Amino acid sequence: MSSELIVFLVLSLVAIATALGMLFSQNAVYSALFLVLNFVTVAVFYLLLGAPFIAMSQITVYAGAIMVLFLFVIMLLGAENLAPSKNLPWQKPLARLLSVILAVEAIYLLFSRARTDLAVTAPDASLNTMDSLRDMAMSLFNQYLLPFEVTSILLLVAMVGAIVLTRQEKGGK
Amino acid sequence: MVPVDYYIALSAILFTIGTLGVLSRRNPLIIFMSIELMLNAANLAFVAFASVYQTFSGQIFVFFVIAVAAAEVAVGLALIVEIFKTRKNINIDEMNSLKG
Repeated sequence: MSSELIVFLVLSLVAIATALGMLFSQNAVYSALFLVLNFVTVAVFYLLLGAPFIAMSQITVYAGAIMVLFLFVIMLLGAENLAPSKNLPWQKPLARLLSVILAVEAIYLLFSRARTDLAVTAPDASLNTMDSLRDMAMSLFNQYLLPFEVTSILLLVAMVGAIVLTRQEKGGK
Repeated sequence: MVPVDYYIALSAILFTIGTLGVLSRRNPLIIFMSIELMLNAANLAFVAFASVYQTFSGQIFVFFVIAVAAAEVAVGLALIVEIFKTRKNINIDEMNSLKG
């Protein structure tokens, strides 16, 4: 068993365990912290796959900005522990059944058309240099320039939307 | 050498855990976190295939997905805060009318 495979297996165990911890924590703050750990694990997967830029974006944007926003809102609203509602008692068993069906379908599709010839090789050192980053930037700003600009407008709209949604009405209410 | 199937299997498992979270939890913040987990699972599959086929397109798509997720979280959390301010409660089962 190669060292790369051992790293992959250990990391995937950590990723699945933290995802389940996120799911089953009663306290929303613990859920958020488990999810931070999950994002960091996925960032290490990106490094293993030879995508250092995406790994760093993952840590700064997801584990940094987004999760800090989540923790801020959880603590602002005091939503750590919501009382379980009794409205739909059949919901949880049904949700588990549907998820099991989804997992079985996904795994079946995976193994029925598996391509065992495709394998991820260890990223060679050339992938972690500035050259790789420069190539990716050239691709981003030439081939994908329009999606990039659309994304900037989307971020602007999201910013304006968040401000409009949470602003206090002056004089009214 | 790690077969790409392993990465896709991990991605499928993480996606299923996210789906289970959306379907079974009643705290909207945790539902949101589960959606982030599902986006992450999809990103992992993208990067795995980008790495196999030695192309940057998958990585660039992941970059866009991260930006869209950030925008989505900003608007979604603003909505949750606003709902909490009007209804003093964010239990998802009680959000059954469009009337504020």
